Amino acid sequence: MLEIKNLHAGVEGRQILKGIHLSIQPGEVHAVMGPNGSGKSTLAQLLAGRAGYTITAGEVLYEGQDLLDMDPEERARAGVFLAFQYPVEIPGVNTTYFLRTAVNAMRKHRGQAPLDAVKFLSLMREKIKLLELDESLLKRSVNEGFSGGEKKRAEILQMALLEPRLAVLDETDSGLDIDALKVVARGVNRLKTPQTAQLVITHYQRLLDHIIPDYVHVLHDGCIVKSGGKELALELEERGYDWIVKSPLQTA
Amino acid sequence: MSSTADTIDRFVRQEYKWGFYTDIETDTIPAGLSEDTVRFISAKKQEPEWLLEWRLKAYRHWLKMQEPHWPQVKYGPIDYQAIRYYSAPKKKGDGPKSLDEVDPKLLETYEKLGIPLHERARLAGVAVDAVFDSESIGTTHKEELAKQGVIFGSISEAVREHPDLVRRYLGSVVPYTDNFFATLNSAVFSDGSFAYIPKGVRCPMELSTYFRINAAGTGQFERTLIVAEEGASVSYLEGCTAPKRDENQLHAAVVELVALDRADIKYSTVQNWYPGDAEGRGGIYNFVTKRGLCKGAHSKISWTQVETGSAITWKYPSVILRGDHSVGEFYSVALANLAQQADTGTKMVHLGRNTRSTVIAKGISAGRGQNSYRGLVQVGKHAAGARNFTQCDSLLIGDRCGAHTFPYIEVKNPTARLEHEATTSKIGEDQIFYCNARGIETQDAVNMIVNGFCKEVFKELPMEFAMEAQKLLSVSLEGSVG
Repeated sequence: MLEIKNLHAGVEGRQILKGIHLSIQPGEVHAVMGPNGSGKSTLAQLLAGRAGYTITAGEVLYEGQDLLDMDPEERARAGVFLAFQYPVEIPGVNTTYFLRTAVNAMRKHRGQAPLDAVKFLSLMREKIKLLELDESLLKRSVNEGFSGGEKKRAEILQMALLEPRLAVLDETDSGLDIDALKVVARGVNRLKTPQTAQLVITHYQRLLDHIIPDYVHVLHDGCIVKSGGKELALELEERGYDWIVKSPLQTA
Repeated sequence: MSSTADTIDRFVRQEYKWGFYTDIETDTIPAGLSEDTVRFISAKKQEPEWLLEWRLKAYRHWLKMQEPHWPQVKYGPIDYQAIRYYSAPKKKGDGPKSLDEVDPKLLETYEKLGIPLHERARLAGVAVDAVFDSESIGTTHKEELAKQGVIFGSISEAVREHPDLVRRYLGSVVPYTDNFFATLNSAVFSDGSFAYIPKGVRCPMELSTYFRINAAGTGQFERTLIVAEEGASVSYLEGCTAPKRDENQLHAAVVELVALDRADIKYSTVQNWYPGDAEGRGGIYNFVTKRGLCKGAHSKISWTQVETGSAITWKYPSVILRGDHSVGEFYSVALANLAQQADTGTKMVHLGRNTRSTVIAKGISAGRGQNSYRGLVQVGKHAAGARNFTQCDSLLIGDRCGAHTFPYIEVKNPTARLEHEATTSKIGEDQIFYCNARGIETQDAVNMIVNGFCKEVFKELPMEFAMEAQKLLSVSLEGSVG
């Protein structure tokens, strides 16, 4: 589904990703962990198509297509979803209207008829329960005045509405208390199907107690320095990142 | 992948869709301004002596005045002798008796602008007065309005048919000595609309005037006068467009509104004069004086304006709140894109007791546009219990535009309560990326954000026009971020 080959990228002349290799198949959950500044968020933003990065080598194939050649909205419509680490506030734009516009943009791409306001509302009511979000949020402007936890849950609500094939969750656990974390994780787990894949980016292991990954990768200084099963996350929790970073594997 | 500056750049480029020219035979006088010009215009319109005298007084006063340069706008000197002060489509014989006899070319022009005038296609709920350069070419639904005693048509015709009414109110809100451009207008105004709503009548349909500048080298100086008698109410809308030209054209209009006891006037403008190009070549200088007088108790005047066009906009639709308990409102969206400059706002002058005013001004700056809000709230010493709420918000798109705010407050009564709120925000690349990442195109994202920003004003427009305004705004910003 997703094939990242030898990806090198940077911003303003500074090299951030220095040869990433990663292969994700449908039905899989991959976790990318790493210390601050290792390039985790850059990887997430790059997959979603944020402008401003220079790709110096490598390629990314999504379902056989050159992902890096696609505009951000094309990627979204093709089924790539990014749950933002810092969801953006859009004052004046009603949340329901925003979500319906997004859903209908996807439906149009798939050749489906747009949902009218009534049909959309019933779809949203169904999804919103999953995230235990207050319906009054939908009447407010996009992310404006939302608490940190509400913003993160609203991201997963969007994921539930847009039904992506590949979901990239960028530090979705940051700023969440344990109860909110459980709600978010439950939401994400419900959206897992044999046809979809998830790439979970996190600094801490605790999210992975609730979203169980099939594979864990450790990112350090722009390279994946170690890959393993879910037990790798536990090991990292216990021993920190230093033992991997300092091991000879780093240069391998 | 494109950089920030790039996408914003593309967003700010756009095409003006109403820039065509109608090739029609005209009756035009040579350029230049003198007492003879004033006399010519007055004679052309078969005006009574008092009106000619009034025009001449204005002209003589104007000669002693200086063009104002306090607005936050820049432009080269205007040569008032290089302007043609009268141009109208040539009439055959006595001129058309009804709209069906109007030159088909003119009807076609309005049709192209989306304002069909002839019987079978005209808009059902709206009476339209169509002004082409210096003349009104016709007014729809006149007979229907007359049944209720509503007078609506061109001001030239009103001068002939209802001279007492015109004489009583013309210049009563904006005197001929008011300001440089209003005084010039008083001397040479050519046409415009007149509406009179008799006592207790709620005008059965929207009234509207569509102004079209067509001829080259001319100025348009229209004069609009709306009077609502006791307990009357009316909603009026004006629209305007002009061909694309490399020269600047002057449009100096005067609008006067008079609301007597419990009368209610709602005046909406969708201004879309040619804005000039991205380099600042061409476009209309829109130097307009608009003022309403809440003469009676419990009267109300509400201005709503959507200003997307013109190279330069200089206008401050104002309300004089003389009647006790009278209400003034000003809702504005002003867009300065390309190299456009807008210096616009309002004046709320509280004279009566318990008068209230609301000002909601939204300025959008894109391209190299410069947008200024200038507003005055004045509370006189007898205006006990006056209240004002002002909110002005600026939205910036890109990093080469500017937003400025000049609020003035003068209060002479200690019981007055005034509130002023202001915000400035920017459509950020991160907002656009966020929308993109949800499958929404950049253009749709910008429209969504801009419309969200303007919605408090759009909801004040008559329903049919709110949609138009939304579309117009998105066309005016088309291609700005891509």
